[in-house]
Amino acid sequence: MSLGTTTAPESANAGSGVGRGLSRFLVKHEKFRLSLLLASPVAWLGVLYLGSLANMIMASFWSLAPFTGDVVKSFSLSNFQTLITAEVYRNVAMRSVGIAIAVTLIDLLLALPIAFFAAKVVRSSRIRYAIVIAATMPLWAGYLVKGYAWRIMLDNNGVLDWALAPLGIKGPGLGLPATVLALSYLWLPYMILPIYAGLERISVSLTDASSDLGASAWFTIRTVVLPLLAPAIIAGSIFTFSLSLGDYIMVKIVGGKTQMFANIVYDNIGVAGNLPFAAAAATFPILVVVGYLWAVRKTGALENL
Amino acid sequence: MATKQMLKLAALAASSVLVIAGCSSNTADPTDTSGVPNVPMATEVGDGEGELNIVVWAGYAEDGSTDPAVDWVSAFEDSTGCQVNVKIGNTSDEMVTLMKSGQYDGVSASGDATLRLIYGGDVAPVNTDLVPNYATVADFLKDRDWNSVGGQMYGVPHGWGANVLMYNTAEVSPAPTSWSAVFEADSPYAGKITAYDSPIYIADAALYLKSAQPDLGITDPYALDETQFQAAVDLLKQQKEMIGSYWAAYTDEVASFGQASNVIGTAWQINANLINGEGKVAVEGVVPSEGATGWSDTWMIAANAAHPNCMYKWMDWIVSPEVNAQVAEWFGEAPAQTKSCDFTVDKTFCDTYHALDADYAAQISYWTTPLAECLDGRGAICKDYAAWTQAWTEIKG
Amino acid sequence: MNLSARARWAVGVAAVIGLAFIYIPLSVVVINSFNASQVFSWPPTEFTTMWWQKALENTGVREALWTSVQAGLGATLIALLLGTALSFALVRYDFFGRSTLNFLVVLPISLPGIVTGIALNSSFTTVLQPLGINLGLFTVVLGHATFCIVVVFNNVSARLRRTGTSLEEASADLGASLWQTFWFVTFPAVRSALVAGALLAFALSFDEIVVTTFTAGPGVETLPQWIFNNLFRPNQGPIVNAVAALLLLIFIAPVWLAQRLSGSETHAGGRV
Repeated sequence: MSLGTTTAPESANAGSGVGRGLSRFLVKHEKFRLSLLLASPVAWLGVLYLGSLANMIMASFWSLAPFTGDVVKSFSLSNFQTLITAEVYRNVAMRSVGIAIAVTLIDLLLALPIAFFAAKVVRSSRIRYAIVIAATMPLWAGYLVKGYAWRIMLDNNGVLDWALAPLGIKGPGLGLPATVLALSYLWLPYMILPIYAGLERISVSLTDASSDLGASAWFTIRTVVLPLLAPAIIAGSIFTFSLSLGDYIMVKIVGGKTQMFANIVYDNIGVAGNLPFAAAAATFPILVVVGYLWAVRKTGALENL
Repeated sequence: MATKQMLKLAALAASSVLVIAGCSSNTADPTDTSGVPNVPMATEVGDGEGELNIVVWAGYAEDGSTDPAVDWVSAFEDSTGCQVNVKIGNTSDEMVTLMKSGQYDGVSASGDATLRLIYGGDVAPVNTDLVPNYATVADFLKDRDWNSVGGQMYGVPHGWGANVLMYNTAEVSPAPTSWSAVFEADSPYAGKITAYDSPIYIADAALYLKSAQPDLGITDPYALDETQFQAAVDLLKQQKEMIGSYWAAYTDEVASFGQASNVIGTAWQINANLINGEGKVAVEGVVPSEGATGWSDTWMIAANAAHPNCMYKWMDWIVSPEVNAQVAEWFGEAPAQTKSCDFTVDKTFCDTYHALDADYAAQISYWTTPLAECLDGRGAICKDYAAWTQAWTEIKG
Repeated sequence: MNLSARARWAVGVAAVIGLAFIYIPLSVVVINSFNASQVFSWPPTEFTTMWWQKALENTGVREALWTSVQAGLGATLIALLLGTALSFALVRYDFFGRSTLNFLVVLPISLPGIVTGIALNSSFTTVLQPLGINLGLFTVVLGHATFCIVVVFNNVSARLRRTGTSLEEASADLGASLWQTFWFVTFPAVRSALVAGALLAFALSFDEIVVTTFTAGPGVETLPQWIFNNLFRPNQGPIVNAVAALLLLIFIAPVWLAQRLSGSETHAGGRV
């Protein structure tokens, strides 16, 4: 079936019957085979998904009739003008990017020891499995539930305040630090998994050779392991960065009065029904994420997602 | 290669179809506020269609899931066979957006949503002859600016009330008598103040400034010219520094007061009732000396409702004396139905809420959609709702 | 690599701290599900199994659970078909636009959910509604399938790259038809990757809230939506906790299974 670009030998498909006949036809006509495979996925992704995105981006050039709330389909750049000139959007955008970067760094710091421990330090494969499963279990706990857990922990007089009470200090409460903390927690498994897989792929012979040549473990890690790990780290960062940039629910649960860029998008579409403005605002995260993906596609990170 | 190219071209063509489809649907003339779209009115109510999808304020359609003893939806479902699917709208904006999606049969709209829905062609005029209990609804709620156009009613009044100043009785003392407790920079409760997360809250600031800065000359908190608007926005930006968290969903406020992360702020009476019911903290709601903004809610039926008979049955049900009394007591608002005063559990309920007092009702600054054409008649110098929305995003920062 | 004992110990401690960080909030949820106080006063003074009972009896939960299962199965099925087809096409063939497609397939999962949600919502309302198809479970499945495709795609692609074509070519040389080669040679090789991808796709769909918010109609409520609507409601909050703890326990087995299936080849260790 999947014979790539080589032609099929004649000995294949000897025999008769409809199945055989079809098989012979498909084997001979490679491009037709390819088209069959590609038809549905391309239709789905190209038409449904890309078409929807294009539809939305087109709406960003429209505007909303102020009183009735009906969409006025005449071309105008007013939405983008507002987004660029009004200071608040820049501030919120910067804040969101900052949060996304912070979350990525925190997750990297937390994920590396766990993945490294599991992949390279632990000898027993049973314990290794246990650690990996333990690290990925929270994925099943549910996004909202985890957010709620952090709310209970960080809220005024919550668990953290109770734990710190003997020391006489209070926790940070809900707000920006809480948002960063909760988001880091949420996306941590997405950082652990690719790094763990990446570490596993690093051949023992490479690290052995390095130490044979006299390098210390730390030197080996710095010069051999980390560069090889780069695609995996980038893959993990794609998730943590993009998921944080686009999040609007967690900040509402633990963020106090903080607002993130995705809240602006949501408030404009879900609340104000202002599709044109929401679509215009949405182009910011789209551009950032697509830009980042495009920049890293050569590193092979996309296969590690 | 060629096949692959053709495939991609085909996909491109197909996605263009999607885009063109988005382009080509018609819209009504958006600037025409003089002409109300011609939406047909029902002439009779037949059998129930078996389902009803409504957008409501929290607490308006209770089915026993909040409190097993509080349920007026199950009885409706039993007697009409209309299964009710409730969607809670947190703000008027959300409700307008939900109604525009065309997925719902009806909505309990406040005054800042009603006209937008009427002029947007999203709701149909209501044939009040088909709603028997409408006859005994308080007269001062009928044929008002926000629920009727040209003498034609567009809904059935539900009830009305004020946005109260709620405070934690243990943490806040002495008891506040003025909105200054949440607006002035020297408030002792800074960091634990809450406010309603909607652009309409700007009117609350304007209402406060009406008394606090009479030089601004604010008469109607929904009719603000450039100077008055800017003053209100500045006040709110100052307030933002003292805010613990804003609330849009009533559960947000109940949760934050329960944890004492907020101790004072604007609220609906139902929030206060729920917080007291939880028992973690004790709160009280008062209408301060400057007065209060409020809402007068109307049940409206969607223009192309999938289940119009069920919706008419619901409208009659919800303003029937016993049910309207139940809703009013649960929420903490004045019932629209005059006969409900005989059915409230608390016999002084109607007096406490001034349910039959037209003069008292007239003093509340009900939620209304601000227009460029000033609502107090000064001409086209006021800020419209789009400006309010934009400003609200800036205020929250 | 030779790490000193102290270094190994240090990494171990850091790893344990990391794992503790992961499990403390979850333990709070589980403990709270037994908290007798309805308003979660902490620390809990009394314990009860009342909330678990109520969770199991609650009809809203059961309906939402069933809706989520249906949506998950639908989305997983579509993702399996499309993801596998796309995977075979991109790994086994070379054609113009291959790298673009590769890029395109990861977009639904990398772009923020709200973007996908808004885009799909406006498409559904402008294109499907005039045709009479309203927002409902069907549109939820469409939305979920879109970002689940990449999950299956990645798993199957990784497996295809690893297994290579030599066995399939040998099968064809020996006279097998396309179908026979697929059924006896290719399918067994990718089967476990399919299952792992399917499990992960189901998990993603099951937990998804943002795209669902924009693609679900009035009568449809998935489990995450139910949780969202009831999370802070005074009487429902404790039940939500119990539901959450229950989900944690139910899904231990599938997670372990998924890891076993996809982990078996990455566990190669020495094989690059």
